[in-house]
Amino acid sequence: MSKELLDKKDIDRILARMAHEILEKNKGTKELCLVGIQSGGVHLAKRLAGKIKEIEGKEIPVGSLDIAFYRDDLNIREKQPAVRRTEVPCEITDMKVVLVDDVLFTGRSIRAAMDALMDMGRPSCIQLAVLIDRGHRELPIKADFAGKNIPTATDEDVEVSLEEDGLEDKVTIK
Amino acid sequence: MKILIKNGHIIGPSQGIDGIGDILVEEGKIKEIKMQDEKNKSRESCIMNRESDARTINAKGLYVFPGLIDMHTHLREPGYEYKETIKTGTMAAVKGGFTTVCSMPNTNPVNDNSSVTDFIIRKAIQEGACTVYPIGAITKGQKGEELAEMGIMFSEGCVAFSDDGKPVMSSLIMRRALEYSRTFNVPIISHCEDISLSEGGMMNEGLLSLTLGLKGIPSEAEEIMISRDIALANLTKGRLHIAHVSTEGSVRIIRDAKERGINVTAETCQHYFSITEKTVEGYNTNAKVNPPLRTDKDVNAIKQGLKDGTIDVIATDHAPHHRDEKLKEFDRSPSGISGLETALSLSLRLVHEGVLTMPQLVEKMAVNPAKILGLNKGALKIGSDSDIVLIDANKEFKVEAERFISKGKNTPFDGWILKGMPVMTICKGKVYE
Amino acid sequence: MKLSSKDLLGIKELTKDEIILILDTASGFKDVLKRDIKKVPALRGKTAVNLFFEPSTRTRTSFELAEKRLSLDVLNLSVTTSSVVKGESLIDTALNVQALGADFMVIRHSSSGAPHLIAKHIDATVINGGDGINEHPTQALLDAFTIKERIGKLEGLKIAIVGDILHSRVAKSNIYLLAKFGAEVRLIGPPTLVPEELEGLGVRIFHDMDSGLDGVNAVMVLRIQMERQGKGFFPSTLEYSKNWGLTSERLSMADKDAIVMHPGPMNRGLEVASDVADGPKSVILEQVTNGLAVRMAVMYLLAGVRE
Repeated sequence: MSKELLDKKDIDRILARMAHEILEKNKGTKELCLVGIQSGGVHLAKRLAGKIKEIEGKEIPVGSLDIAFYRDDLNIREKQPAVRRTEVPCEITDMKVVLVDDVLFTGRSIRAAMDALMDMGRPSCIQLAVLIDRGHRELPIKADFAGKNIPTATDEDVEVSLEEDGLEDKVTIK
Repeated sequence: MKILIKNGHIIGPSQGIDGIGDILVEEGKIKEIKMQDEKNKSRESCIMNRESDARTINAKGLYVFPGLIDMHTHLREPGYEYKETIKTGTMAAVKGGFTTVCSMPNTNPVNDNSSVTDFIIRKAIQEGACTVYPIGAITKGQKGEELAEMGIMFSEGCVAFSDDGKPVMSSLIMRRALEYSRTFNVPIISHCEDISLSEGGMMNEGLLSLTLGLKGIPSEAEEIMISRDIALANLTKGRLHIAHVSTEGSVRIIRDAKERGINVTAETCQHYFSITEKTVEGYNTNAKVNPPLRTDKDVNAIKQGLKDGTIDVIATDHAPHHRDEKLKEFDRSPSGISGLETALSLSLRLVHEGVLTMPQLVEKMAVNPAKILGLNKGALKIGSDSDIVLIDANKEFKVEAERFISKGKNTPFDGWILKGMPVMTICKGKVYE
Repeated sequence: MKLSSKDLLGIKELTKDEIILILDTASGFKDVLKRDIKKVPALRGKTAVNLFFEPSTRTRTSFELAEKRLSLDVLNLSVTTSSVVKGESLIDTALNVQALGADFMVIRHSSSGAPHLIAKHIDATVINGGDGINEHPTQALLDAFTIKERIGKLEGLKIAIVGDILHSRVAKSNIYLLAKFGAEVRLIGPPTLVPEELEGLGVRIFHDMDSGLDGVNAVMVLRIQMERQGKGFFPSTLEYSKNWGLTSERLSMADKDAIVMHPGPMNRGLEVASDVADGPKSVILEQVTNGLAVRMAVMYLLAGVRE
């Protein structure tokens, strides 16, 4: 059984709020950059940057990060993640980097993403923005900006589909 | 001991026998052959009624052949007992329906003198399950340089001469061998390979050898030497027998020579008409053999050569090797197939396919080898040795290399389902079931 | 998508999609190699053994560095220090290496099929680092990567391979790979070194350099082994060089944007003129760099196959 949790409008409202929160916490856009985790996080990062521009009128750099080389589950995953591009358009050293992902679950992807970021430079701080926090953390990781907290069972699947991938904007649980 | 083989389909091409009948064996000789009366099939055979004390074997539904003769066997003893011994090799032979094998001289020491010949013959009498006739080396140490003492080896019991495994590269030495051997009227069995052309080769030369990265041996390496040896046979009037013919061109050359009346005979082996070079794929060392497995067109030509009589004999070229030797890099693995226990079944496929008739098969595997080597064998006639094999031509079985009696489990036919097998071999007065 | 086999034995055994996967993954690693920190923890805690039964500096160092950048522990075993000289069988050597805890074995061996034999008997991942005159799959992959990076595609290109095709595992692997992508492969060299039978793979054979190079997009020059001299393949290196050496004059027959490749090590002035090797069309050093990325990609992807 699949149940729709958020629709296009919900997502848009949440992202707008998150953009405000990010700006509030960082006191503007100075030395701010967004890095989306491949693949779902990349689209969200771009949307957040768009919202930030609407609010502040300033472009901030948006990058994409592939964490395949940093995962700890290469052997146990049934499907090997495809290696996608890592493109961070600015030096991240001394920047405030906001990692963006679609769903926060065990925290292992975020751990991998932080390791990957650290190998690229030395950010002044790393913050985490996620659209959905579904709980069940296996590592001491917490989102700075969470779109929506959704209690789930471990065997359930939370799926974020986005228009950028040719789908309808929505979040479903199965 | 008396043995009565009843109601079998007896095939004795040398005597023109092909029909249902009974054979009575007594004291290791064939005492009586009685063919069934066509008009009165229900009547019990008269032998049966008379010989009530004989062990009776019901051969109904089975073929009865003269014991098969393999004129190309590597028994490996002396010197390579870890590969095979006279005892294990002859036991494998008997299981395969052979009652006589001819052992090739590439032992260690080489059978190039009468003491080795004598050793093999004695050992075979003591331990051999079937009759063994040694083949002596043409040249000392199989080096292709100096003639071995053929005459002495002949008187000791060698039935032919060959440097098998190696060609006699010198045309002069080959000429001398063909000339000199005329004294004893024995065949020279030639391993035809121009090693200057085949050097380093491991499989048939062609696209497959290129894509496997294995150095190829062109058909011409065989054909050049066959042409040379045929020319020398024509020059010397010696008796030339070509070992393990593998190519279409070879068949053509031999056919042509026979048409010209040159004294040449030829053999092929079961693998040359059963499988092709494709078997080598995956670096299958069990398919590494010399001459190499060839192509479909060669397989078809070999079959045609057997059918039209160009090729006289099916020999096994039984070449057992130790498991460890075949578990090596392809280029470091020795050539050879353990053949005694599959040769007949693979050859029976030719009968099932209609290439050969049953009597023709018996000619290729018993009658002609005896004729070429001058053996008083290969015939089902009164007074001859009771070398007999009973064949179930329709029984299907799975080849299981690990269950070979031979020490050599090296076969590319492992796991094959074959139709037709020997079910009983009578040899040296014993019955093997 | 995953690779289907735990081993990389040859290009023959790969599908086109698998090759694309490897090349795509390699571009991810090429990015990594441009960073200050060129190492990723992808295969941390695993062990690679480079089992080289044949001398090689280039391929071994490339694998070694690729392994180190994947955070693998690396052990190099070469024939002179191994027990093969003491008569140990290939399978025993491999089993011993596996018992040391090797997860990857990169095999270089003078016998065609040696990596295949090892792969049949061990569980560790086997990567063919060049076997006899059979294949050198990672070289073909890095060549394809280089062509794709420079020209943008492989499909429909005309690519010439010049030299000793008969004895070249590099050429063989490249032929299989390029054929899978529908490139036109031209083999150029004397008939003694370019067997006719290869036409069965859909390649075109040329014995004349100028007509073979006409309009090609890439020229792969093969190394001429000095030991072939005096074996009847060609009368002398001088004569070879006159007929099949790549000079800038001959290169002008090729497409104006053609690239020149060589798997190394080069015999300057023999199979390739110095001004060509060092010229603007040469991508020979890029091939070396790309080799790292491709080998990292291969090992990373194979690690994903193992359970």
